[in-house]
Amino acid sequence: MPSAAADRPGNGTPLLEVSSLVVHHGQLRALDAISLRVFPGEVYAIIGANGAGKSTLLRTIAGLHHPTAGSVRFDGEDVSRVRPERRAKRGIVMVPEARRLFGSLSVQENLLVGATYARPGPWTIERVYEMFGWMRERRGQRTAQLSGGEQQALAIGRALVANPRVLLLDEVSLGLAPVVVQRIYGMLPQILATGLTVLLVEQDVSQALRVATHIHCLLEGRTTLAGKPADVTAGQVEAAYFGLGPAAAAADGAEAADTPGAAGGGSADAAPPGEGSEP
Amino acid sequence: MDWVNAIIQGILTGGLYALFACGLSLMFGVMKVVNLAHGDLAVVAGYVAIGVITVTHVPVLWSFLIVVPVMAVLGYVLQRTVIQGALDRSVLTTLIVTFGLSVVIENGLLQFFTANSRAIGTGLGLVRGSFTLGSQIQIGYLLVVIFAVAVVVLLVLQYFLTASKYGRLIRAVADDREAAQLAGADYRHVFGIAAAVAFGTVALAGIAYGMYSQLQPTTGTDTILLFAFAAVVIGGLGSLWGTLLGGIVLGVAQQIGAQINISYEVLAGYLVFLAVLVLRPQGLTSRRAQS
Repeated sequence: MPSAAADRPGNGTPLLEVSSLVVHHGQLRALDAISLRVFPGEVYAIIGANGAGKSTLLRTIAGLHHPTAGSVRFDGEDVSRVRPERRAKRGIVMVPEARRLFGSLSVQENLLVGATYARPGPWTIERVYEMFGWMRERRGQRTAQLSGGEQQALAIGRALVANPRVLLLDEVSLGLAPVVVQRIYGMLPQILATGLTVLLVEQDVSQALRVATHIHCLLEGRTTLAGKPADVTAGQVEAAYFGLGPAAAAADGAEAADTPGAAGGGSADAAPPGEGSEP
Repeated sequence: MDWVNAIIQGILTGGLYALFACGLSLMFGVMKVVNLAHGDLAVVAGYVAIGVITVTHVPVLWSFLIVVPVMAVLGYVLQRTVIQGALDRSVLTTLIVTFGLSVVIENGLLQFFTANSRAIGTGLGLVRGSFTLGSQIQIGYLLVVIFAVAVVVLLVLQYFLTASKYGRLIRAVADDREAAQLAGADYRHVFGIAAAVAFGTVALAGIAYGMYSQLQPTTGTDTILLFAFAAVVIGGLGSLWGTLLGGIVLGVAQQIGAQINISYEVLAGYLVFLAVLVLRPQGLTSRRAQS
């Protein structure tokens, strides 16, 4: 598999190791022999088009889907058969797609639920309030009164107060205005500074390339590209993303830049930013 | 004056119906389980109370200190085994399973306790005792006590759900089971706790009805479950205080019906129930219906 782990800076033992993972949705083979290794301190980005299997991969790591074959190892232990709530207690915490806040609970209660089974660690509700200044004054409000970006921030806060070792972020940018997405990704350094490892799924390729230390591209449930952002060309990313075949993947970046489909030379801004953005 | 009396009696009976209904409402609100064995379990609690009183000679009014925990444990166990097993298949399966449970309990009671009716004698003159308002309105102490118990139960439930750790988890799981799992909460355990709380209220309902009237093996389905169901629907599905409102509306409708003709008592209650179902299916308190 193309996971070029040998020359990765994190080294040591991987925190999260997915081996030959196969997941089915009914008859559909959603993931086909996916392997990846995430080392401590990395920002590992999984990119790919709609239906590539990104969310399925993340949900399987969180324990919400059961693999047909293959394994998920966390900190050296096989957690493939462990329930999602137990994985959360061990430190695999996911921010689910579409935020999934508790609608009948207040902002503060959402954080309290997140903190109920927290591991010991640096993150507290107080610290989340410090990071997102608006949250403290609005802690009594229902989540429906928050904007999309605020809801996303709360969803991340709810995951952080559990003190995860690896934070899984599923489509954080979905449905948000670019400015808001920038602001949320702007928080990433603060989060990483507390020693977390981040595994994220992102449809917006340019965003993923900006923040990631390692990228992994999926297409129809298979790995088409993996490596450090600096080591892959825009052309390679584009070919892997759209599945232009091995010939196209091998072609160099200069040629790909001429392709009419490509949005921009350097950043490969290929993906549409999700349905309907909101402020 | 007879009408005023009917309305007052109806309101007070509403407290009893709220006790019947709040556990049913809680289980539906949290795990979408319509527990068709709800009434039979209340009868079981009543029989357990009779047994406890006979064997241990605890004062009748304090029997709930034993019966409520016993029923709560039974609730947790039933939820984690039979009901959860049904839920894992489909919500429809829970209807069939709890219906089966209801039949089994009813026949078990018939087998072991015969069809004779039994009452929980308070021995305090509380059942017969009453005070007079004005010149014609007689109010029984027992109904006032039951009404007060219902209000206290609802207050405690509300406090538990809003201010306690498990109450918060129950609401979170009811909102989004999967998101709660991602936060580390085992929803099966949380469901079990919700069932334990619901069964605790069922125990109080059974004891209260045993004191107010008489228990028979069939009382569970032909009275308690149906009145609980009517109160929940009138008040609004999943709404806690709605059960008290629904119970009061049902009680008043029955008393007014009885005032017109004693044989209309039960019918009048169900007519209001039907009218609410047709005209305002979300119930009188519609807070839950909006979300």
